Amino acid sequence: MAGASAKQVLFEPIFSNNPIALQILGICSALAVTSSLSVTIVMCISVTAVTAFSSMAVSLIRAQIPGSIRIIVQMTIIASLVIVVDQLLKAFAYEISKQLSVFVGLIITNCIVMGRAEGFAMQNGPWLSFLDGVGNGLGYSVLLLFVGFWRELFGSGSLFGFTILTPVNEGGWYVTNGLLLLPPSAFFIIGLTIWALRTWKPDQVEEADYKLSRHKVKEAF
Amino acid sequence: MAKGKETVSRTVIVALVLSVFFSVIVSTAAVLLKPYQVKNQNLNIKTNILAAADMLPNGASAQQIEDLFSRFEVKLVKLDSGEYVQPDYVGVQDPMKYDMYKAASNPKLSKDIPQDQDMAGIGRRPDVAKVYVLRDDSGALQKVVLPIHGYGLWSTLYGFVSLKGDANTIEGLGFYQQGETPGLGGEVDNPRWKAQWQGKVVYGNDMTQPEIRLVKGGVSENTKNKEHKVDALSGATLTSRGVQNLVNYWLGERGFAEYLKHLRNGEV
Repeated sequence: MAGASAKQVLFEPIFSNNPIALQILGICSALAVTSSLSVTIVMCISVTAVTAFSSMAVSLIRAQIPGSIRIIVQMTIIASLVIVVDQLLKAFAYEISKQLSVFVGLIITNCIVMGRAEGFAMQNGPWLSFLDGVGNGLGYSVLLLFVGFWRELFGSGSLFGFTILTPVNEGGWYVTNGLLLLPPSAFFIIGLTIWALRTWKPDQVEEADYKLSRHKVKEAF
Repeated sequence: MAKGKETVSRTVIVALVLSVFFSVIVSTAAVLLKPYQVKNQNLNIKTNILAAADMLPNGASAQQIEDLFSRFEVKLVKLDSGEYVQPDYVGVQDPMKYDMYKAASNPKLSKDIPQDQDMAGIGRRPDVAKVYVLRDDSGALQKVVLPIHGYGLWSTLYGFVSLKGDANTIEGLGFYQQGETPGLGGEVDNPRWKAQWQGKVVYGNDMTQPEIRLVKGGVSENTKNKEHKVDALSGATLTSRGVQNLVNYWLGERGFAEYLKHLRNGEV
């Protein structure tokens, strides 16, 4: 990772090394906040901001952090940033912060943020770490928006709150798919997305843990 | 450097400096943003009250909401006697500052509801409730907005019901906080469903017994007692039952019935 270029750290996480699709991190919030796109996009911006600034902060003081308490130090930085983001949302985007409710606070436990702080920022300079944070935030955002797109379109018949398919409840023709409004549906969409992504980029396919060997001994006739 | 950073004193110093630094950042953010947050919360409550009273224009600005809301009188009502009390009765200066849901957990300001009477499933009821009264220039009652809450299927629903000047006909009803199933019970927020409440009559002959019913299969011209009936939410029997119970509880004798009687007679 040491020789990574700025362009690489910024764009690789979007498709080639997507935190959700390849590393399978941050699934919890991907399930919880994707039922409407306007909520999703605020969550994406919040996570991107937290990942970028926490990585930068960790990287800035990485030479000073004693190894024995490094995880706690990272947690402190991340938690403080998350509280600041939460306060900002409550002050300037009250409606959306009400819908995101507890999930803003839960960014603290989002594995992507910790993962980038521990895995990248501890070894790299502040600017590169900042870009890496932005890149991973973007990777997270791309997948979340993709999931949110299908969930809102077919779950409520709208996009960003604008009606596309008029639902029966509002006097239209479209029978909304209630499953898509519930968190489990995101599992299906994420699963299908991972399948599609790995068909497009076969090098992301994990090696099988074991292989069935060929049946050699004929035991019974 | 590499060796020096693993000592105990160094670890303690790094931890201390870091904690102090970030506590300053977090507290600064909290203190600086507090006024905006309080403003948002108040605006949110006012918006919900206006929406329940069917007075909220589309895309209203903050200033418009404040102006419309300022026409309401905010009053505190002692539920048992149905009479107004002064704000200092509950220990506040401004009636707007009184939080009846917080008071419900204060033993001095609330009572347990006996299980067999607890239709709304709320456990405790505050002694004093906050109501919003709108009168025209001659002092005649136009609207009264009452807070209601109770248990649905998964969550406690919090909302307002607004009555017209006769303190008997419903003007509007809305919930500002609920966690019911999206698409099923969550349809309590659907404007088309909420619109049905307008014009429904709360009381029949007995002015202490609310007769609101949520019924399956819709309400048509020929439905018996249709003035008391609202179409239940499809696929959400338990949420509908919860809404029916909480509306009847809060408009019943343990809720606002006594107060509404005084209001109708012009005694308060």
